[in-house]
Amino acid sequence: MSSIEFRKDLFADERDDTLKEIGKPTVRQDILGHVTGRTPYYDDHLFDGLLHMRAVRSPHHHAEIRSIDTSAAERMPGVRRVATAKDVPNNLNTLLSLINFGRDDEPLCAHTKVRYLGETVAWVIADTERQARDAVAAVRVDYAVLPHVLDVEEAIAPGAVVVNDIYPNNTFDYHEKYDHQKLRFGDVNAAFAQADHVIEADYQMSPIEQAPIETCGAIAAPETNDRFVCHTNTQALFFSLGTTAKLLDMASSRLHFIGGTAGGGFGGKVDSIVEPTAVLGAVLTGRPVKFAWDRYEEMQVGAPRGGERWRLKDGVMNDGRIIAREFTGFFDSGAYMRLSPYAIIKGTGHLPGPYTIPNVASNVYCCVTNRTPATAMRGFGITAVDFAIECQMDRVAEAVGMNPVELRILNAYRDGDMKAHRRKAKNTALIECCQVAASKANWPISANAVAQSSLSAGGQGERGIIPESATDEEGRIGERRQGRVPETSPSKSPTGRVPAGTHVEATVGVPVQNPDMQIDADRIGHKMGAVQTAPAAPVPPSPARVPAPTSAQPISPVAPPPVAPPPSATPPVATSPVATPPPPPDAPAPYQPDQPFNRGVKRPGRSPFTSGFRRR
Amino acid sequence: MLSVETYQTITEAAGALGDRSRYIAGGTLVMRAVTYGDQRFDRIVRARQVDRTIGPDAAGLRIGAGSTMSDILASRDVEFLHTVAKLVGGPAIRNMATVGGNLFAPNPYGDFTVALLALDAQVVMANGQSESLESFLLGRDQVRGLVAAVTVPRIEPGSFRFKKVSRVKPKGISLMSIAVSLKRGDPRVVFGNMGPLPMRAKAAERALANGADETAIASACAVCTEGLQPADDSLATAWYRNEVAPVHLKRLLQNGGRS
Amino acid sequence: MAKTALTFTLNDAEAAVFVDPGAPLIDVLRRGVGDLTPKHGCGQGACGACTVLINGQAHLSCLTLAESVEGKTVETTAGLAGGPNLHALQDAFIEGFAAQCGFCTTGMLMAAKALLDANPNPSRTDVIEAISGNLCRCTGYEPIVDAVLSAAARLQGRTA
Repeated sequence: MSSIEFRKDLFADERDDTLKEIGKPTVRQDILGHVTGRTPYYDDHLFDGLLHMRAVRSPHHHAEIRSIDTSAAERMPGVRRVATAKDVPNNLNTLLSLINFGRDDEPLCAHTKVRYLGETVAWVIADTERQARDAVAAVRVDYAVLPHVLDVEEAIAPGAVVVNDIYPNNTFDYHEKYDHQKLRFGDVNAAFAQADHVIEADYQMSPIEQAPIETCGAIAAPETNDRFVCHTNTQALFFSLGTTAKLLDMASSRLHFIGGTAGGGFGGKVDSIVEPTAVLGAVLTGRPVKFAWDRYEEMQVGAPRGGERWRLKDGVMNDGRIIAREFTGFFDSGAYMRLSPYAIIKGTGHLPGPYTIPNVASNVYCCVTNRTPATAMRGFGITAVDFAIECQMDRVAEAVGMNPVELRILNAYRDGDMKAHRRKAKNTALIECCQVAASKANWPISANAVAQSSLSAGGQGERGIIPESATDEEGRIGERRQGRVPETSPSKSPTGRVPAGTHVEATVGVPVQNPDMQIDADRIGHKMGAVQTAPAAPVPPSPARVPAPTSAQPISPVAPPPVAPPPSATPPVATSPVATPPPPPDAPAPYQPDQPFNRGVKRPGRSPFTSGFRRR
Repeated sequence: MLSVETYQTITEAAGALGDRSRYIAGGTLVMRAVTYGDQRFDRIVRARQVDRTIGPDAAGLRIGAGSTMSDILASRDVEFLHTVAKLVGGPAIRNMATVGGNLFAPNPYGDFTVALLALDAQVVMANGQSESLESFLLGRDQVRGLVAAVTVPRIEPGSFRFKKVSRVKPKGISLMSIAVSLKRGDPRVVFGNMGPLPMRAKAAERALANGADETAIASACAVCTEGLQPADDSLATAWYRNEVAPVHLKRLLQNGGRS
Repeated sequence: MAKTALTFTLNDAEAAVFVDPGAPLIDVLRRGVGDLTPKHGCGQGACGACTVLINGQAHLSCLTLAESVEGKTVETTAGLAGGPNLHALQDAFIEGFAAQCGFCTTGMLMAAKALLDANPNPSRTDVIEAISGNLCRCTGYEPIVDAVLSAAARLQGRTA
């Protein structure tokens, strides 16, 4: 057995040490099913007359679909139905529309053009899987191949091929304003001028496939009461349910989703593609239908952790103190947005890593390319930049001739330090981690490094406050494509300054949900009243303007931290730069709760999960 | 539509082969193609009686084409091939995959064939004809008939070496494999996955013609990738393969392949 | 579609079923006779989740032509337990936390059983080799190897 050592000596007074299970062997509650083979995975539900559904897939990265000829396939033995985009009632979605984030950009089945290799262009439903495969091979698609772009920086260069007109700059639009997510904390350019060393390097992480042993799949079947049951291995049952309801324009109350058992997932089973597809098959045939990816599809079409490229620039003093750190990051979202824009917001809140650096700036781009759309994987939004940061720390140590562990301890954040996302650090433990790791690895560190503690000296003086920050408005939506913004890195010539202690910009509330999510009563099968009059618990009064932020109680940072609401693309997020007047009175008054929309569960009157009003 | 035809002997099965048909032995290649909807064939031909005998014959050793990798591992007559068979797949694959099938395994598979080519094996067809493995491989996509057995000349003890280069251990598909037979006067150096077929590194063979001392090894390694045609794939680039091939060959020649 | 009659022994019971031409054994086991314990992971012999024993030897049921098991004996995880009593491997997997999502587990158990049937006293290297054709993406392999060794010890009347 692996050995686990509990270091209860560390932070002992922060913990009510009543652990009863951790550190002791325990028996998984589901393991009896696993070892007897009785655990019911989605494919372990047997249906008489099960049909098999297979997708016709694009052999091109980027191509216009001129025509699709399904006539030969329809005449093949065992074929029950051939379906195309026109069979999908509402063939445009983005996964996070269920939490009101991003624009609908992705069809379940491509109709005018394909944007990545392997994109679905049609489906065949047949009696056996082999018959479905044979018929798939008989579907003739006439493509006009288009030039494609597979590199993030090429994708955002002026003149690059537009992958999807819905995002015409090949970038996600952040806060209705910029083609990237900004973070500005202090003044990196001024600090670079003072630094003894400036260290720049690029880091890149390739896409990584989650590769669960059980591929994504679902079985859907008509039930009594005009409902459809769907057995699925999704990791996000209510995402899948809501997405299916939306794509198929079907009341969510007509969908009976059964999941909870997945043969591995690791983030690769949240994208809700197999479920709407299988339900569509059941709707079109009136029969139980299985739609599952084979291993090739899982690898080629299954959304991976997207590739990322990071450019780091550190300003360092001879004694090892990092006084400035600048990031330029590119996420390869693939052909559609899915979860990547949100991952960037989460990742930006993580910068500059677990270190206290007084000047930090970051531009992060969510780029559309002709690659397989990316999605979640363990440590989503954090992993690649952490890789970059820690490689960079080693480079810095080498440049200043310092023990890399001591360099980390020197620059480590401590309790009470102000982080770049304008929240104070708490429960920090990097110093102790470094000390224990060095000791376990017999890596010598100085007595001074051994004496440091996360609990001391944090938040003192300038460590605890937001510095005066340089701001800029470079990289407004569309400017880059016109060639007006040649640089991708944070601005070299800031145009504004905000005083120390202020939060620069605050996102206030969230707007109403997208129009497509305004659920009329019949979609959920029972009357709930009109949207405007719905909430029995009234919408809290909108504050006239944001309360003046204080460093003690931050409202919302430039880069919202992971728990903050994701800003929406449509309609515009109301943002109000601090120290400017409130928005003009004719601006649309968005829904403005007194508390930020937090994980979607406390929002009165509506359920973000079922795309309808919450039953009362 | 798929059909399966079962015959008693491989001679009968060979007679039944034709367009759009495949002979199935262990199934590791054919069943994968069936499951993934390969449209190039729809007749599966099989035989009940397959030759799994392994033993000495006049020319050296004869291995029935139906012998599995596990059969190889169970036979004392072909102990020098145990290192090769053990590196094919995991235990279940070794219980299924046959020597005959391996002759047709495309990249990145077919490591056993790489060894057989280094050993100057002959391929015996069901109709009794035989030809060298080297010429058989050149025409393997057009082969008519069925392989009944392969024969391997007797080898001098310790003259055969094999290495499979894989990123995953103990079971991973090969990035390349190298088989060397240091037969006096007629050495052979064969690379797998360094071209569309297992390929002899003839320049390296010439360098080793008079023995494998340090100088000969150095010159063999210097020219070992001449004439090879490695490709880029998901395991490695052609550039990488060309760079590491001499390193692995050197280790194989110097100390039997240990890193 | 012309189906073929197939009879074989499945976990000590006779099984008779009509199979589609070209069907792999895993489809016949799962949908033909309702033994859901072999899992379909890759259909190409890469993952081992469908491992079953044919005449006592580990085989991949996704790459086995169903018709080829005519008259043979097939063992799956469904037959591993003897009545109410779990097999020592199953007990060891439970106690050693040797499964997380469980999808590879039945294949792992059959690969391990093939090993222990042939070699009751395996070394750690033997175990690693025996399960080398079976992929696990969750728990890592250490607890699985430990569990197989522990089961071997149990079957030998020893304590690990």
